[in-house]
Amino acid sequence: MERYQLIKPQKRKDRPKRTLEHVLGLPYYGLLIALIVIPILMMVLYSIQTERPAGVFTIKFTLEHYWSFFSEPIFVRVMFQSVYLAALSTVLTLVIGYPLAYVIARSRPRTQVLLILLISAPMWINMLLRTRALQQVFEMTAPHLLGSDLAIIVGMTYIFLPFMVLPIYTVLNKIDPNLYESAADLGATRFQTIIRVIIPLSLSGILSGIMMVFLPAATTLVVPRYLGQGRFLIGNLIENAMIQQGRFGYGSAIAIVLSLLIMGLLYLIKRTDRYQGVNTLEES
Amino acid sequence: MKKADTLRNSFIGLVLLVTYIPIASLVVFSFNEGRSLTRWTGFSFQWYVKLFESQDIMRAVGTTIVVAVISTLISTFIGTLAAISLTKSRKVLRELTMSANNIPIVNPEIVTAIAFFVFFGTFAIQRGFGTMLLAHIAFSTPYVIITVYPKVRSLDPNLADAAYDLGATPLQALIRVILPQIKVAIIAGAAIAFTMSFDDFVISYFAASGSAVKNISIYLYTLKRGVEPTINALSTLIILVIGIKITHDYIKSGRKKEEE
Repeated sequence: MERYQLIKPQKRKDRPKRTLEHVLGLPYYGLLIALIVIPILMMVLYSIQTERPAGVFTIKFTLEHYWSFFSEPIFVRVMFQSVYLAALSTVLTLVIGYPLAYVIARSRPRTQVLLILLISAPMWINMLLRTRALQQVFEMTAPHLLGSDLAIIVGMTYIFLPFMVLPIYTVLNKIDPNLYESAADLGATRFQTIIRVIIPLSLSGILSGIMMVFLPAATTLVVPRYLGQGRFLIGNLIENAMIQQGRFGYGSAIAIVLSLLIMGLLYLIKRTDRYQGVNTLEES
Repeated sequence: MKKADTLRNSFIGLVLLVTYIPIASLVVFSFNEGRSLTRWTGFSFQWYVKLFESQDIMRAVGTTIVVAVISTLISTFIGTLAAISLTKSRKVLRELTMSANNIPIVNPEIVTAIAFFVFFGTFAIQRGFGTMLLAHIAFSTPYVIITVYPKVRSLDPNLADAAYDLGATPLQALIRVILPQIKVAIIAGAAIAFTMSFDDFVISYFAASGSAVKNISIYLYTLKRGVEPTINALSTLIILVIGIKITHDYIKSGRKKEEE
């Protein structure tokens, strides 16, 4: 960028050429405004206005949609269940995913490539197909478990594990290997090195992983359908409210609460990334 | 040391085993003679024959591929040009654009799906193939941007000026100089866009709801009758393609290492 400053005197001559570069972005700006920004603004608007048939805007503001989260017993119960199941699955993916990412990051480079490919390969396969595959295994080995909390938790863990492993691996991979030796030289045991040095340094990866597992798990339509034998979690509730009943305001309010949650988490991740300067292997 | 190694290897082995058992069983039962997905009765290719005979499935596969190809082409085109343009725009605009760009990437899919649903609903746009395609273009373009933009940024800014000095028109400079330099990133962006579109369920489901248009995911989700081994046959074919691609990637990454 700074280099550009150097050629400032020529700016005049450049003008027609610069114009082309600005024009290039126009279709994208149009797309961004029409299909991302406007839909989101409309969602906000729907969430704070009284329910009307689709397509009609009234200027009567209300917080009833947000209030209904607390007043509708079905919603409260479903919300609680979704958060509970997704939280347990997130813990499980972390307990399995962190050590996995750690041992991968500590193995030989060629092995690392292979293991990461093997772990991330299922992500390329349609999620419905994978969930159905798991359902099939349940039917073969323990059909009575289908519909239970356990089946849903196993399903969420199975589907979302790569989303926990990959961000943690990425951060661990950037940690200077000399740090392990330095910690050992200063008298730390292997366990102490992991607890006091490695985990704090990889905190941003852990939080990214949590974000990438928890919200998709809490809002999934597919896992409760196949492994919960049609049980209702938050995603299914939204599906029902929007598609079957056309309750735009209610669905929009849920979506906005979810987005706010995401923004909070992102802020947290940014805050914990203060060790970034230590990770010397940043860019390759 | 030895003991730690054994522990480590068995841990990795166990995770991989659990990951691949369901996928393997999906493949195995696609060759089952009977209808059962849990009891093996004999080998047969009949479900593959039925798969290609099933009009519903073939239509869903067709829709998925057509939407994925068109949305990949359009989003790669729009995204690449925008990535080039973004490096030249003012910092405020760039940062603002990048934050808007990240909205569909960081939000859970269902939020984006609701946004499209509300949007198409408000303007009374008939939901169907067109809305599904629009939604796919809209959610894949941000992935193209975040893949291509860092590469464009890493280019020497004098590159274009050098081309101009040598008498290239802006268009020539773009096509002959800039694009070849960022080719790898463009291909990577297109690959991500294609996969996102091909595997998408939630956003398509909301964007095309109420219409008869179905991609593979919607077809599976709305299947009323019990599941059939034809789906296993379809899965096996998809897994085969992905398997080939991943093996190819691995071998290629090895060759690159050797060259270095």
